[in-house]
Amino acid sequence: MSAIQILFWFLSGLALVSAIMVLISKNPVHSVLWLVMVFFAISGHYILMNAQFLAIVNLIVYAGAIMVLFLFVIMLMNLDKTSDPQKNWWMKLAGVISGGCLLMEMATLVRQAAEMKEKTVMMKEGSIGLIGNLGKLLFSDYVVPFEISSVLFLSAMVGAVVIGKKN
Amino acid sequence: MPIQYYILLALTLFSIGIVGVLTRRNAIIVFMCIELMLNAVNLLLVAFSKMQYNLAFTNNKATVAGSEAQLFVFFIMVVAAAEVSVGLAIIVMMYRNVHSVDVNFLNRLKN
Repeated sequence: MSAIQILFWFLSGLALVSAIMVLISKNPVHSVLWLVMVFFAISGHYILMNAQFLAIVNLIVYAGAIMVLFLFVIMLMNLDKTSDPQKNWWMKLAGVISGGCLLMEMATLVRQAAEMKEKTVMMKEGSIGLIGNLGKLLFSDYVVPFEISSVLFLSAMVGAVVIGKKN
Repeated sequence: MPIQYYILLALTLFSIGIVGVLTRRNAIIVFMCIELMLNAVNLLLVAFSKMQYNLAFTNNKATVAGSEAQLFVFFIMVVAAAEVSVGLAIIVMMYRNVHSVDVNFLNRLKN
């Protein structure tokens, strides 16, 4: 078992355990911290696949910016006892069963698919994930979506201010 | 690594996100589960990108096949950031009006 396989299984287990802990934590602050853990594990997967630009962007944008925004909002409205006030076990059971059915169905489909046999992912090599290649592509072929996304950000910023201000 | 391992990992993360959306009542945790589902899709896109690169690399050493998938992930992150800012503003406004973030209180949007 090589080092890459050990790292793959370790990061996968970390991501899955942290994702389950996001669901079963009572305190929303703990959920946010476990979700940051999931993002770190996924960034580790990106580094393992040599997608260095996406790994750093994932850490900065998701684990850095978005999760801090979540923490701010949670701490702004002190939710000490308001998470899940009444227990409704039947609804929870139905949700788990339907999610598990979806997972089982899609997993069987993937395991049977002939296109996926003997295809492998290139680990730790390959230069397409480096910032030189992606930046060249982003500012030549994909410059119009890039500019449109700036308009999207502007509208999102204006929308957040308009919705969030007291009237 | 075979591509199927990555597909199964992303599927499991996505299903955990779906179970969270279906079972939790706290609107913020529902929102966090949506982020989890977006990240599962991002991981799958990067894995497919490296798979395509691996297929094209055997014929042409200087290929850049699969770069588009990684740019797509970048744009998904851009859209997710905009979505989170607006969504959290909506949740704050909802908390200000009904003093709760329980999604059960939103079944009557009229009052």
